[in-house]
Amino acid sequence: MTALAIDAVTLAGRGLRLVRRDVDSMITAAVLPVVILLMFTYVFGGALDVGTSYVTYATPGIILLTAGFGAAGTAMAVEQDMSGGMIDRLRSMPVAAGTVLVGHVVASLVKNLLTTAVVFGVAAAIGFRPTAGPLEWLGAVGVLLLFVHAITWSAVLVGVLVRSPDAASGFTFFVMFLPYVSSAFVPVATMPSWMRGFAEHQPVTPVIETVRGLLVGGTPGAPQGDALADGALLAVVWCVGLAVLFAGAATWAFARRR
Amino acid sequence: MNRTQADRGRDVVVQAVGLRKAYGRGRERLPVLDGVDLTLHRGEVLALLGPNGAGKTTTVRILSTLVAPDAGRATVAGFDLVRDAARVRERISLTGQQVAIDLKQTGRENLWMMARLAHLPRRAARARADELLEAFDLTAAAGRQVGTYSGGMRRRLDLAAGLVTRPEVMFLDEPTTGLDPRSRQAMWEVVRDVVAQGTSLFLTTQYLEEADQLADRVALIDGGRVAAEGAPAELKRRVGQVRLELELATTDDAGRVAAALGVPVPEGGADARTVRVATDGTLAGVRELLAGVERTGVAPRRWDLRTPTLDDVFLTLTGHAARTEPRPGTGEPTRHTEEVAA
Ligand SMILES: Nc1ncnc2c1ncn2[C@@H]1O[C@H](COP(=O)(O)OP(=O)(O)OP(=O)(O)O)[C@@H](O)[C@H]1O
Ligand SMILES: [Mg+2]
Repeated sequence: MTALAIDAVTLAGRGLRLVRRDVDSMITAAVLPVVILLMFTYVFGGALDVGTSYVTYATPGIILLTAGFGAAGTAMAVEQDMSGGMIDRLRSMPVAAGTVLVGHVVASLVKNLLTTAVVFGVAAAIGFRPTAGPLEWLGAVGVLLLFVHAITWSAVLVGVLVRSPDAASGFTFFVMFLPYVSSAFVPVATMPSWMRGFAEHQPVTPVIETVRGLLVGGTPGAPQGDALADGALLAVVWCVGLAVLFAGAATWAFARRR
Repeated sequence: MNRTQADRGRDVVVQAVGLRKAYGRGRERLPVLDGVDLTLHRGEVLALLGPNGAGKTTTVRILSTLVAPDAGRATVAGFDLVRDAARVRERISLTGQQVAIDLKQTGRENLWMMARLAHLPRRAARARADELLEAFDLTAAAGRQVGTYSGGMRRRLDLAAGLVTRPEVMFLDEPTTGLDPRSRQAMWEVVRDVVAQGTSLFLTTQYLEEADQLADRVALIDGGRVAAEGAPAELKRRVGQVRLELELATTDDAGRVAAALGVPVPEGGADARTVRVATDGTLAGVRELLAGVERTGVAPRRWDLRTPTLDDVFLTLTGHAARTEPRPGTGEPTRHTEEVAA
């Protein structure tokens, strides 16, 4: 392995150990989305007419929320590194110190795979019935990972920029907000027109619709055929574009903050 | 390659000339270093001594390649700090003022990670981690998360993490601040061992005693410059050893006692009733001084025997008091206060 690969693998291992042992943030990332899923399904779901069983409609959105919660933990972990002594030590070593950020991103991806599996499990237990074949599943997981990846880099950027753990955790609030103003929980058509404009064009909507289309194609809000392909392309472009933007900004800010 | 400058200066491992650094811009601009010159010889321990905010950490951060100086030049382990930063990093280790270990990893995991980042092969990294745990008396706690360690244990682990490869130059920024006297002693032992194995040490401290215990040479930093430099014994000679302090009831009494002891009459202000006189620190010497006081017929309210503090060093060597924010355990005098019956 090259030195860079060793650094990246070592720091990813570190990131995973830190994530696994951060019990609070693990609980937030796995339990909270489940609670929200149950609430939406049993409390609000009855009153919301989305043209299909509510759990079928809402599960993809909950999965995206999960990614948001997970990202808050990443922002806090990065903030802690920046304000502690670790980054200084790494910078005084023959290590590409920026790989410490990559370590956090890898850890976040793995963590999200786990928490997402938990949420899927609970959703399946209360009536979520995906009709997807293996290829569709692969596609859905791929799109979700791209989304998590982009969100995580935005969290890393926040972690590098803020100067306090509180500010880093405040990030959850913002990321949590995005899926609500999308087609995640109610069809966009039910929103006032000014908000609809935002909801239709923000990145969360194509991601959710693509996941819906792949997992439960044919249900309301789940595009099929060409519409699905177009939506998927849009989702991928958004996720990759945002990831490049946030990763670039985070790396830039990281190099400058001393 | 680039070993020119330091090679000519034979055994010099750190050479800094005219380092300058200011933080902030415009009216907020705060000059921190204003032309710092420092030399560290191979195998030597240099202590950079100064109060809070003097620029100790800034100097260490510059010399360990974390920040670039605004002006000035430095070579570390034979390489130019700015042009050859990567080579410098292969030869130094930094243990900063803030502990740089993960509380949620175990002691062993922390050391293993550092060894891997220093590019030791897996097996060698594991062996080195165990070796260091043993050397730093942490083997029993090796499998516990660092969050459960005491402050002293964390500091020891932190130091161990800086030693996964044997560095040519080690930078230690206030390694014992916040430790109790016993942990401090233990830390000094560890540091002496490291130096005995051939590492040159650049240390910062606020404690005169620490510099005295560890350093071959002390550099006193003040106003962004090195105000005084020399062997600890030499600096102490310039400062004086132990002082007798007498607090009198009135300024008149103070004047009479001062005259009897042959020291200047204290000037006005809050201290006008306190007489200070240098002693050789022996029982006989102190007894003689006290006898002199007794002969004046004046009864002091209190007396103290003080060893020089960082403040005294500053007062003597720079002509003004150190602007040290009081910190628990910083340069406290050794007190032998007794109320003298009136
Ligand atoms: N990144 C920074 N931005 C702005 N000012 C800074 C920065 N780093 C240090 N300073 C200022 O530079 C001055 C010197 O700081 P430095 O940390 O070098 O002092 P020090 O001698 O290590 O003090 P201490 O004993 O408290 O650790 C301080 O006034 C500090 O506020
Ligand atoms: Mg400092």
